[in-house]
Amino acid sequence: MEVPILKQGLYLIASIQAALSDVDLLHLRDGLAEKVGKFRARGVIVDVTVLDVMDSFASRTLRDLAHMTRLRGAETVIVGIQPEVAFAMVQLGLTLEGVDTALDLEEGLAFLDKKTKRHTSRG
Amino acid sequence: MANEAVIPIHTDIDVVAARQKGRELATVLGFVSTDSTLLATAISELARNIIRYARYGEILISSVQSGDRVGITVVARDKGPGIANISLAMQDGYSTSGGLGLGLPGVKRMMDEFHLASDENNGTKVTIKKWKR
Repeated sequence: MEVPILKQGLYLIASIQAALSDVDLLHLRDGLAEKVGKFRARGVIVDVTVLDVMDSFASRTLRDLAHMTRLRGAETVIVGIQPEVAFAMVQLGLTLEGVDTALDLEEGLAFLDKKTKRHTSRG
Repeated sequence: MANEAVIPIHTDIDVVAARQKGRELATVLGFVSTDSTLLATAISELARNIIRYARYGEILISSVQSGDRVGITVVARDKGPGIANISLAMQDGYSTSGGLGLGLPGVKRMMDEFHLASDENNGTKVTIKKWKR
């Protein structure tokens, strides 16, 4: 299932709607890396609220996604990891190290505003 | 839903199907949602290992009863190359596939019971069990 990517100002918002296969996750990763350039986005939000399982592959792909978009000049924040999912991830040893997270979409937007402001207000 | 399901594991879509089946049964049996999530995540890792190491195999999910305890048993089996060194595979951080190497020890941590049988002629069979709290 394809993940819709919405453009909102300087940000791209990928809102996952249903369980994703590995191929779907890879499409999302590559699609976002490409769209950051196309839309000259400064920030990316990936909303994983509906995901009921975050296994090693999903976790690694989201980490790669965040690092790839950063290399493209945009900050990524993952929002909406559910408490049970967070518990299972910790049990598995998946900590998403080096990836920014926020509680929900609202917090994610606030986080990006703060983070991208630092760059745009210079000079 | 019948209390037993066999899911052939061949593609990445089967990984999703297998873990959804596990969650479905856990919900039917009245597992708390944290435990359903642990079970679904464990099934996902086992299915992923089948594809990664053996290319295909199957996952059996069934309910078990012992006295007044109710639980779920999951068997993940394949006829792949097997695990040459089981104690090494059970170490955190070890992987032969370039993966995260967290699969099996992580699955063991999430479950109440864990059994791994593997040799280089007969493939690999992982059996896990989670009891309803």
